[in-house]
Amino acid sequence: MIFLKLILTNLLRHRIRSLISVAGIAFSVAAMLTVVTILQGAIGMFSNILSSDSQMIVFERDVSDLFFSNVPGDAAVQISDWPMVEHANPVLFGIVSSEGHPIITCFGVTATDARIQKAAWIKGDRGNFGRDDNDVVLGARAAEFLSASLGSRVQIGHATFHVIGVLKTANGFEDGGVFMPLTAAQSFFHKQGTSSVITVKLRNKEDTAAFKNMVRARYPNLIALENAEFTHSYSQFRILKATAWAVGGCGLLLGGLGVANTMIMSVFTRIREIAILRVNGFSQVQIGGVIFGESAVVSVFGALMGLLIGTCFLYALKLIPALVGYVDPTIHPLLMLVVLVLALLTGIAGALYPAIYAMRIRAVEALRFE
Amino acid sequence: MRAENLWKSYDERIVTVLKGVDCDVFEGQTVALCGPSGCGKSTLLHLFGGLDMPDRGCVSVNGVEVNRHSNLLRLLRYEVGFVFQLHNLIPDLTLAENCLIPSVAAGIDHRTALARLQELAERTGLSHRLDHRIQKLSGGERQRTALCRALMNKPKILLADEPTGSLDEHSSNIVFNILLNVVATEGATLLMATHDRTLAGRCDRLVEMHDGKIYEHAHAG
Repeated sequence: MIFLKLILTNLLRHRIRSLISVAGIAFSVAAMLTVVTILQGAIGMFSNILSSDSQMIVFERDVSDLFFSNVPGDAAVQISDWPMVEHANPVLFGIVSSEGHPIITCFGVTATDARIQKAAWIKGDRGNFGRDDNDVVLGARAAEFLSASLGSRVQIGHATFHVIGVLKTANGFEDGGVFMPLTAAQSFFHKQGTSSVITVKLRNKEDTAAFKNMVRARYPNLIALENAEFTHSYSQFRILKATAWAVGGCGLLLGGLGVANTMIMSVFTRIREIAILRVNGFSQVQIGGVIFGESAVVSVFGALMGLLIGTCFLYALKLIPALVGYVDPTIHPLLMLVVLVLALLTGIAGALYPAIYAMRIRAVEALRFE
Repeated sequence: MRAENLWKSYDERIVTVLKGVDCDVFEGQTVALCGPSGCGKSTLLHLFGGLDMPDRGCVSVNGVEVNRHSNLLRLLRYEVGFVFQLHNLIPDLTLAENCLIPSVAAGIDHRTALARLQELAERTGLSHRLDHRIQKLSGGERQRTALCRALMNKPKILLADEPTGSLDEHSSNIVFNILLNVVATEGATLLMATHDRTLAGRCDRLVEMHDGKIYEHAHAG
């Protein structure tokens, strides 16, 4: 208890300084949590697009981005005829702009695609989709920012389309996107006869390996992956994840530097006190334990506060209409644990130099220290 | 305790504080070390307590050379207790918490340490102040607290550097009486640096130091 009291006494002696250090860790933890959660949420959203009523995705091998993938149209037809396949739907991704809207995601799909058949239609009739290449269906948010509704004509890129429906999805990308018949999209994006991907649902999940092998054998320039596999290996996702962790890590490092500065001040202002402990039998390890203990307390409190701030911020972001569907505030317990551990390690690392300095204090010289 | 031909310098040997000091302190004795400021009294105490190492010569405690002591921590934890002029207590801790520091360092069981603290507090008249923070204590009470702390782990040697130096005459007498009484009861050996000749005269021996040398040993009284 005395050991703990020694740790807490110095923190309480300089409350403002301690609070500032705690705040430094707190905001860096909050920043890391927010950035990582938002980007993981965005990755999850994009993954959900691909896994809509399917468990596998087929795309062109060795492409860095799905927008550059070209899958021959007849491949989708042939694959859908395989006995192990329940259904196979080609999807063409594209991005266009419109006046005042630099990015509008377009999905070229067939009439049987799950996005058309299973989404909640706010307006229009799903049975009308695909009858005319000039007809499009808008996500609810897209309809809002394009100021379009059922029956209106809307400028998308270099062409004008007729809105035949508005649907509501939980996925932000889809909800802010435009759905057009596959053939229309192929013409619009000059990708006649191709799609970006084929989303596949197998009759039996145990046929996964066999399906992959068949795709490899019949279409050497295509690759089939399970959705989870794709999420882990897609280079864009990996870049996003690495960026998130790098940004978060930098934030945490800044917090750690704050702790280091505080601990250095803490040691320098109590050299005499450390000498007293040494004269009374404290070992170097025990002295180090006091210093590391202080930084651990700061780090733990900071991390907990940071988790609270980050969680509140994410929930606040979710309330912003423009971000609905893009921000998933669900924080995974493992992420919380990782962030907590990283914060603790950062704080302890920040205390390394001050602790070594304190451990090396010579009592006889330090007792003369004013 | 024995010091043989001790030499000690500071500031890269520019200032020589001890110049071939020889000194023996026998078990159970109370020895006063007198001399002007800067003559080396504190340095000698620090060398006996293992807080510093001599440049030349040998210091031994209970027959074991301090500079070859296999475990200086053991010396500080169990064999030697220090009392300083400025008491050197830790602010914001209570009297009890300050006194328990040596027992925490030595890993002594908390109940045992508390019992020992109670015993020492009663003998030094501090039982009613155990939960008071140091800032609330008078100078004399603080010095008595420092004495309790020094004796917590029952050391056989007590090294006191001007223990009454910052106290008035009345408080000095009280503290010194308690010091002698406790030392006698504990059977400890006392080596005390002091300017106060009156208090020095109450010790078994008086050792004069001047300019880094011991010039005479005189028995008290």
